[in-house]
Order: sequence, then structure tokens, then C-alpha cells
Amino acid sequence: MSAGNVVYFDFDQAEIRPDAQKVLAEHAARLKGTDKKVRLEGHADERGTREYNMALGERRAKAVRDYMIFLGVKNAQMEVISYGEERPANVGSNPDAWAENRRVVIK
Amino acid sequence: MKKLACFVLLLMFSPLLRAELVIEITRGVDNPTSIAIVPFYWSGSGYLPEDVTGIITADLDRSGQFKTLGEGDMPLSLPYKEDDIVYSDWRRYGVEYIVIGKIEPRPEAEGGGYRAYFGLYDIHSQQALLKKQVAGSSDTLRNLAHYVSDHVYEVLTGYRGHFSTRVVYVKASRVNGEDYYQLLVADQDGAREQELLNSSEPILSPTWSPNGKEVAYVSFESTRPAIYRQVLLTGKRQKLTGFPGLNSAPSWSPDGTKMAMVLSKDGDPEIYVMDLESGELTRLTRHFAIDTEPSWTPDGKGVIFTSNRGGRPQIYRMALDGSDLKRLTFEGDYNARGRITPDGKHLVMVHRRNGVFHIAVQDFLTGQIHVLTTTDLDESPTLAPNGRMLMYATKEGNRGILAAVSIDGGVKVRLPSQNGDVREPVWSPFQ
Repeated sequence: MSAGNVVYFDFDQAEIRPDAQKVLAEHAARLKGTDKKVRLEGHADERGTREYNMALGERRAKAVRDYMIFLGVKNAQMEVISYGEERPANVGSNPDAWAENRRVVIK
Repeated sequence: MKKLACFVLLLMFSPLLRAELVIEITRGVDNPTSIAIVPFYWSGSGYLPEDVTGIITADLDRSGQFKTLGEGDMPLSLPYKEDDIVYSDWRRYGVEYIVIGKIEPRPEAEGGGYRAYFGLYDIHSQQALLKKQVAGSSDTLRNLAHYVSDHVYEVLTGYRGHFSTRVVYVKASRVNGEDYYQLLVADQDGAREQELLNSSEPILSPTWSPNGKEVAYVSFESTRPAIYRQVLLTGKRQKLTGFPGLNSAPSWSPDGTKMAMVLSKDGDPEIYVMDLESGELTRLTRHFAIDTEPSWTPDGKGVIFTSNRGGRPQIYRMALDGSDLKRLTFEGDYNARGRITPDGKHLVMVHRRNGVFHIAVQDFLTGQIHVLTTTDLDESPTLAPNGRMLMYATKEGNRGILAAVSIDGGVKVRLPSQNGDVREPVWSPFQ
């Protein structure tokens, strides 16, 4: 069964959390040694400023990219894009919604 | 004594023209100046297409500095000429100042439209403080009303009026289950809203050119972020950047020749300045941390920006060659998106206190921070060009709305939109 295509982050952080490793390992295994390409979309929650969150979203997507490179995926297979806080997965303004929005989506 | 002057205003002057933004004053100054805008006399035929008196009244009310009199609370005889003012009448009604005026059709030979004569009178000293005339073409009645407000405000407060300015902002909504982003511009009172751009992809970070004729912004319309500039009048656009990675946070220089921005094409988010004539880029920061949200110092000789190089987002200043780096904020663990007031004396920013995001102002001289807002998730502070009011984005329920507060925190105004999420207001320069 697939572990999914989303990994989550702590507030104002871009560190890969232990609970993200299974998802990333699964995608790395799928991509490694192939020409398949993915898009890594970084997102932030609505707290804090929009432009800072745009940079934070990119940080998160790049952290995922670097982790995948460490697992053997080629840099050229991955495109990084940040949407900052512009594309929330959950439009709520509460801790659960924010946790859901601090994410990188592997597409 | 009245502690808070609370009143509500609905900006719906004419059944045909409905302002998109509804403006409500939630708090005014403790001792507002009492002023009556006597209904202007119209010497032409039929009705004027705009309620000029109502527009002036709303402008002055919204500044929070004034308490205006409704027509029903005025003396029976309403003058429009100086000779007809009965000062004792107005004194009995507790009025400190009155504005009177007359509007007449301007002959076609002189360009058509309207001509207005207006005056501001001090009831106590029985003297004219201001007598002026102004003319404009037939579509400029609202401009004419704001012109009157600007001059009355300046005489009575000593600050240039900000009523003829505009605001650009972003609205996000869902249309048939799809995201719909709009870049909009409206008068500072929410009237005459116009769409500059729409897209199913995010639009953000608008900034005005210092001459008020163009805006620049970030658009994801190509599915990747790019910075564009656009002429308001013609809609003509130019793509300034479309580098791999971030193309973010454009900020037009005070002299109009340069654009500060954030690019991550070389790895980390860094501050760059683009020469708009040559397109040449100068990199100002070299740091592995997040550097973003550049904004010019009023003299154009430096840039302030947000960086988490100290571990948490704080605001820094540097010269245009990246030298003279200085950290400006020390109180709290999140200070971001700073803007310096036009007089260079204060820093306005997003400031987190007890886990809540407010708009705060820091005095450069004393270093003291004063929190101006009481709501949460407040962001994108923008200053009126006279530095007296600042507008910002906040949340009401799950919806983004705009609000405004005076720089001393005394006056508060809400500008809820009728629909959609409104955000990222940017106040225009004087026009």
C-alpha cells in the first residue's frame, strides 16, 4: 500500500521529520534509476508573512529534494516549486488545518 | 466625556455605483474635531451623478480625526456662500468648522464637466481658513470631492490629505470549484474598483511605481512564479523575471529606476536589485538563510529586509551594495515584512506576540514597539503616503478582509469585501 505523496513539517521549519521518511523512501525507490520526473510543491501555513512563507515553502521542497538525492534520485528528475501559503490544503484557521498545510506534495 | 466615538458608515452613495469594499469605522480618536459639510449647491439642471457632500463627509469621518454632522443635525438655513453663514447658528450646534461649496457646470468651451468653489470656515474666529476652486471633466466628480477632503484635512491637521490615493490588492475566490485570483485597484474609499489581472494561478506581492502609473507583482500564470510590471491605464505588461526558483517580493525604488526583489536562482533566497533600464541584476545578500521582503528606505539609499539568519525572522537594513548591515528588530521571535514610514522615523511590521500575529510600529529613536492591532493573522501592512494611516490584511472567520488603523493606533477602520478573500493591500503614492 502506498504511503501517500505528502510530507509534513513543523512551524517555521524545513527539516525532514522522521514520519516523512517512509513516504520519501517509497518515492525514491520508484524514481531511482529511471527517467521519471516529479514536481515537488512546497507549502506553508497561513501564519506569518506571505513572502517569507514563499521562501519557507521552497526550503521545504528543497529539503525533500536533497533527501531524495541522498536516496539516489537524480537532481534533474525533480522540479522544485513553492506556493507559500497561497494554496492551502485546508482553508481552516486552526492548529489542525495549519499542520495539514505545512507540507510538500510530490507530484 | 465620550471615550470612544463609534459610528458606522455604509459607502453606498448611489444605487448605480456600489463600492466593492464596505468601510466601517470601529473606533475614532477620543476628541474628534466637529465639522459640518454643508450640502454643496448644484447650479445645473437635474441631479449630480455623485453625492459630493457625502463623499467628503465619508472621507473625513474615515480619517477618525473628525466627527461630521448629518444634514438632519444642521441648522435650518444651509449656506453655500460666505455671506450667508450665520456663525451663531453653527456655534449653538457645537460645530467647530464648516465646509461650504457650490458646483456649477463648466462650459463646453472650457472643457465641460464641473467647476466647484469651496471654503472652510472657523466658527469660533468667524474666518475663512481656505477658499479654493477646482474644475474637472464629467467623470471626475469623485476626484473633485476627494480634492476638497484633501485640502480641508491638510488645513486642519497639518498633514497632506490621502483621499485622492488608491489601493491595489489581491482577491482570491472559488469559481465553479476552481481558484480565481484577481489583482484589483480601487480608490482608497473602496469606490471605482477595477480589475488589472485575473488568473487561475496565484497572484501576489503587488507594489506601486512611485509615479502611481504602474504596478509590479508576482504571477504564477505560467505555472511558475514570475515578476511582471503593468501600466494601469493601458494594461501593457512586461515580464521582468522568470528564473528557476523564487521570483518574489518586488519593491519599486523611490526614484522609479530600480526594482528590489527576491530570487533563489543561485540556491538560497537572496535580495537582488534590478536596473529597470538595462535589466541588469545586482545581488545584495549572500547568506544561506532566508532573505526576503525587501523594501526601500525613503531616501532610496538602502533596503530593509526580513532574514532568519539569526535563527528567527527579524528585520535588517543594508546599503545598496550590501554593506552596512544592521539588525533593526530585537523584541519577539517573529518580525517580518517591514515598511519604513515616509518621514523615516518608524518601522511598521508584522510582529508576533504571545503566538499571535499583529501589526506593530517601532520607533527608530527609542526602539520601542507599539502593537497597533488586536486581531490575529494580521499581515501586509501598507502606509498611506502621508504616513498617517496604515492598511493591512486580517482574517474574519475564514475570510481575508482589509482593515486600517492610524499610525498612533487611535483610529480603526474595517473594509470587508462583499465576497472572496481580500489581501495584500498596497497604498498608492500621492497622485
